[in-house]
Formats: sequence, structure tokens, C-alpha cells
Amino acid sequence: MGGKTQVRLIDENGLRHDGRRFDELRPIRMQVGVLANATGSALVEYGRTKVLAAVYGPREPFQKYMVLPDRAILRVRYHMAPFSTTERKSPAPSRREIELSKVIREALEDIVLLTEYPRTVIDVFVEVLQADGGTRVAGVTAASLALADAGIPLRGLVAGVAVGKINGVLVLDLDEVEDSMGEADMPIAGAPDLGLITLFQLNGVLTEEEVEKGLSMAWSAIEKIVAMEKEVLRSKFEAVGEEA
Amino acid sequence: MARELHGSIVVPGERLGSKVEGKHPYTLDMGGVKVATVIGLLSKRDDKNVFINLKGVYMPEVGHIVIGLVESIAITSWQVDINSPYQAVLPAHDFLGRPFNPATDDLSRYLKPGDYIKAKIVLFDKTRNPVLSVQGDGLGRIVSGFIVDVSPSKIPRVIGRKRSMINMIEEKTGCTLFPAVNGRVHIECPNKELEMIVIMALKLIEAEAHTIGLTERVAKFIEEERARRGV
Repeated sequence: MGGKTQVRLIDENGLRHDGRRFDELRPIRMQVGVLANATGSALVEYGRTKVLAAVYGPREPFQKYMVLPDRAILRVRYHMAPFSTTERKSPAPSRREIELSKVIREALEDIVLLTEYPRTVIDVFVEVLQADGGTRVAGVTAASLALADAGIPLRGLVAGVAVGKINGVLVLDLDEVEDSMGEADMPIAGAPDLGLITLFQLNGVLTEEEVEKGLSMAWSAIEKIVAMEKEVLRSKFEAVGEEA
Repeated sequence: MARELHGSIVVPGERLGSKVEGKHPYTLDMGGVKVATVIGLLSKRDDKNVFINLKGVYMPEVGHIVIGLVESIAITSWQVDINSPYQAVLPAHDFLGRPFNPATDDLSRYLKPGDYIKAKIVLFDKTRNPVLSVQGDGLGRIVSGFIVDVSPSKIPRVIGRKRSMINMIEEKTGCTLFPAVNGRVHIECPNKELEMIVIMALKLIEAEAHTIGLTERVAKFIEEERARRGV
């Protein structure tokens, strides 16, 4: 294998290494109802990042001791498939995966009407099939779609996107190269219908002004992604009777 | 070409307006405005705006007649799956209609895991699991026919307005259908071919429940299938 090649993150025209403008999303694709055995499922792609989400329940948990008397438990497992990265990733849950499971759960908990199903559990499996940056935010988007596909009552739909800083410039929706070589990464998720930010993390250093600008960039992108989610859910029912 | 719909498709988080009828928890009142919480259909019915959920989980209610699948046998009861988040309980004394002694009675002689029953929910309040009873007309173990799983939110469409859909299917196939609110339909047919046609018709209704002209399309489908299979 050859040595590491230096990638120019931003060229003289202000375009990123993959030709995107600083505020441009990667091509996003979404599909719902991709798994017959799950109550609800979705496959979401942010560029080369591919994430599958499957929802099961509400159902009585196998471990009865864990139930809550007044609401359902939302259980989220974020996992990267061994083949999702260029080098094999151990299938055992890593510290990072355990943390991201918690972060995604907290990004969804506020929108799911958990009090409607006391003493039950809703399982959300987020499986990263191909990782190229932004897996947690693509995971939030996929989980939100899968929950809607499962018919679990939601206050609104959630979507996520990351904003980062490369060569001193704020950029939207970082891929793996930008994430690993950039100066900061700020994943954000929110529900535009509710005006609610449900996930906000920052890795690296940004000034207060940069955080504000980054948040505004992310919010516009989240609104676009939620609009796409709505279109995908709607088209599943509107396309009935269309020839494949 | 896509089918014409009975209204517009609404997704979670979308505002429906203030004067929309919809069932809880599929619509929420947020500051005087109704908001959809699941995918549904916003349509006009008798000059009213109505929200009909196209997705949803079956929640038991006292008085519902359900079709349950016996999952396991406990000491004095059966555990029954009623296609809801909560597993139901059928007490042995209720099924036997007499006092029950676990020392002398073997419950597996009456109902085994895998058996289907038609039962009524007599107790349920979310703090404890539903309790079933088979004391009533037509209730008890299902001994013949076939059970088809359909999404619980599509059961009203399987029945149709004033039973129009179910009457049409029964008339055209000679089968009898019992659609239970928990998303299971018990069908009894004169032969296997007709049974297969009814199953396919039910799946068609499930997929196209929100479209216009469904009863006519299902009727046509049954006629064509009967002709094709020569039954």
C-alpha cells in the first residue's frame, strides 16, 4: 500500500474535495419499509454513508424487570457492520458505539409518544452498512423514518446533519476525509415542526459566532432533510397502483 | 398510473387544522391545532374533515372481540398473543366454565401453543395485561379455517361501509370472514383455491385501503382469479 496522500480540502474556487460548495449537502437517498420482518424500517444514504434502521415494538421486553410503569422504554443500538469501514471493524460493541446509541436515543426520545405504551419497549436498531462520515446523524434520520414507518406516534420527524470546520471555513455535511482532517465537527439533529434541537455535539474548537453560523447552516439543512423524509413517507402511499 | 386517493396523505408532525376529527394518539392537540402523529389520510366525510390513520399499533379495549394465538401455558391460565404490545391472559376457569384445579386438570388437553381463539377483552387498563374471556356466542377455540394477518388500521376497510366489502367478498367466494379489530381475519372457505383468492383479496385491500374504487377493484380481482383458476 502506498503512503498517505494529502487531499486538498478546499480548492482555489472555494469548492470542497468532492466538488461541493461549503453549504452543500451530499446526495441524500431514502427508502422506507425495506425489511419485511421489522415493524418499521428505513435505509438512508448521505453520499457514500449508508445506514439501515429497523424498529420493533412496542412490545413487552424479555427482561420484565426493566419496564417503566408510566411509559415505554426506547432502546437504541447503533452498530457499525464489520464491512462498513475500509479496515475490518470488530463486530463487538465499542465504547464509541455505546455512546452513540445513547446519543441517538436521546435525539429521538423527545419526539416519540412513549407515555402511550407504558410497560413496553421500542427497539431501534441502527446498523451502519457503509461509513463515510456523518453516520450518527444519518442514523438519527433513518431511525426517525423507521419509527414513522412502524406507526409509532411521533410529535414530528427528526433529521440530523453535521457542520464542521476545514481550513478555517465552516462546511456542511462532512464526509470521512473532511471529518478526519478538519478542525471541528458539530453533529446536530432536530425536529423543525417542533422547533426542537434534539442532538448537539461539538468535537474540536469553534468560536461563539462560528457555532451560531454553523447552527443556522445545519438548521436549514435539517429542514430540507425532513422535507425529504415527508416526501418519502407520502410517496409510499401515493404510489399505490403504479407499475414498478 | 397511481390510484386516486380518498384524500391527502399526511405524515407525522404535519398540522391538520383545528376542526379535524381524529383518534388519540394518532392526532395531538398542540395549541388548538390538531397535528398528525402517524401517517394517515386527511379526507372529507359528511362535511367533516377526518383524519384516518394508515399505520398504528393495536391497543386493546374492554369489549373488543379479538383473535388470539395461544403462546404458552401457565399454571392457571394461557398466555395469548393478541397482536398488541401487551400479552393477554385467558384464565382456565373462564375457558372451562367451571372451577379449576391445577392438580387434576391438564391445561394442554384444552388449548395448546399455536391454537387460535376468538375471545373478548374483559379487563384492561394499561397497568396490567388484558384479560380475555371466551364466555359468549361464537367465542372459543377456532377449529377450522385460516387466519390472515392484516394491519389493524386496515380492518375498518376490510369491513367497508355498512359491511359492503365483507359482504361482497362473502357473496363472490362463498367463504365466511370474521375480521377482528386486532388485525386478524378468520376465513372459512369451501376449498383451498377460494381460500387463496380471499387471502390475496385481503392483501390487496391492505395495500390499497386509502384509494378510491377499491370495492369494485377487489370484486373484479376475485372474478378474474376465479376464472383463471377455474373455481
